[in-house]
Amino acid sequence: MIKFENVTKIYPPNTAVLQDISFQVKEGEFVSIVGKSGAGKTTLTRLILGLEEPTYGDVFFKDKNLRTADSYEIQEVRRSIGCIYQDYKLLPAKTVYENVAYIMEVEGKGYGKIKKEVPKVLELIGLEDKMDNFPKELSGGEQQRLAIARALVNSPQVIIADEPTGNLDPYNSYEVIYMLEKINKAGATVILLTHDREIVNKLSKRVITLVGGKIIRDEAEGRFII
Amino acid sequence: MLTNFTRIFRFAVNDLSRNKGISIAAIFVLVVTIMLVTGLFFFHGVSQFLISEIQDKIDITAYFKDETQEQDILNVRDEILKMSPNIKNVEYVSKDQAMLAFNEKHKDNAVLARALDELGTNPFLPSLNIKTNGDPAQYAEVSNVLQTANFSKFIDKVDFSQKRDTIEKVFSITSNINNFGIALGIILSIVAILVVFNTIKLAVDSSKDEISTMRIVGASDWFIRGPFIIQGAIYGFIAFAICFLLSALSAYILSPKIGAVLPGFDSFDYFLSNIWILVLIQLVFGMGVGVISSFIVVRKYLDV
Repeated sequence: MIKFENVTKIYPPNTAVLQDISFQVKEGEFVSIVGKSGAGKTTLTRLILGLEEPTYGDVFFKDKNLRTADSYEIQEVRRSIGCIYQDYKLLPAKTVYENVAYIMEVEGKGYGKIKKEVPKVLELIGLEDKMDNFPKELSGGEQQRLAIARALVNSPQVIIADEPTGNLDPYNSYEVIYMLEKINKAGATVILLTHDREIVNKLSKRVITLVGGKIIRDEAEGRFII
Repeated sequence: MLTNFTRIFRFAVNDLSRNKGISIAAIFVLVVTIMLVTGLFFFHGVSQFLISEIQDKIDITAYFKDETQEQDILNVRDEILKMSPNIKNVEYVSKDQAMLAFNEKHKDNAVLARALDELGTNPFLPSLNIKTNGDPAQYAEVSNVLQTANFSKFIDKVDFSQKRDTIEKVFSITSNINNFGIALGIILSIVAILVVFNTIKLAVDSSKDEISTMRIVGASDWFIRGPFIIQGAIYGFIAFAICFLLSALSAYILSPKIGAVLPGFDSFDYFLSNIWILVLIQLVFGMGVGVISSFIVVRKYLDV
């Protein structure tokens, strides 16, 4: 599904964030990528989304080399990936309903389908009563659930969750992880980037450990060890 | 395609109404700058009026010999008119008309009237009053042509050399007014464009994070850019409508006052006779700068 081949990313003038990274994520896998802040986790997601180009090496999404992909193909890749971020990255000038609907509108889906699907997804995450609220009127946990709803609405093949629990209390954190597990069981590939030791250890899934921009460990049922 | 366009339009209208503060600020700045450009347009009208008023007062006169036949003078007039499109007017003044004009001008001067009576004959010469575009070179050319063999047999004298200094001074003043107007227009237009660009930039800057989120979820460049461009166009159109009403109203209200300072210049008449040019300038400036600024600013964020 996703393949990194000898990827190095150097930001000018000379800051190497990722160094000669190679790994592969198969369809339907749940992979946690762990590492301290500044280990290169976020750069990794930006490379998968085609927001950055590797300095050396190649990134593939479903066998498509992102370096040679045109802007239309990159947009298609981004639409196949649902992203959940620590800072939620919601659209502040749009309501809860519009935030979720926007993703379907981007894909050109019809009004009828949007009207049917969006309330369903909002109901699933318990935000059906707040459809007309703006993100700033929601609590942190609600905003993260909205971000999840937005990531799920198009049934993406891959979910990337970049520190999704960073701003949440333990209760909300476990709720988010539980949702990710459910999404994974439904068939989606999940990539969880985190530095939350407890969550990673509890998951007992594949763990890739990044230190100083290098992969130091890649275990099928790994633990958070740095 | 149509669905996408209606969505983009809806996003633009929603964002505009939800960010009222920014929208009002952007429209206000656009109104001020469009009014500045409109002011320049009126300044151009006033300066052109003044220039033509001054140029109208300048002419050169060719005095014909007393015995010259009227038909010969009229032939010379036709020849001069054919010389150049810059010859604006050639007026024939006969001996009798010259006498009448003199009497009218000096009707209160008994000494002059008595002197004329004592002469017993009409001492005035028939003449042609020639007006050109005001360029001293043009007057010099006319004067030279009148002194060539074809015409000189009829002509007693041409008063160009006496008037040369005045003509040159007036021409230099009118040229300076024109050049000053052009320079002022260019400088103020650049300032206006920069001010609008920065205001739109501030409006789009507040949506910087939103643009980055839109990119992440796979929105196409036009899907992201569209609402901002339409917002720029709407800002421009609203500002145009306000400015159009404001300029019509001020031209109407100020018309008597301007008429008192500049007799013969009616600002409302000027507004009406140039209404379509004014609509074009205000609309193109307002919407054009609004749209282009939005396009450039959003492109900057799309490239990041």
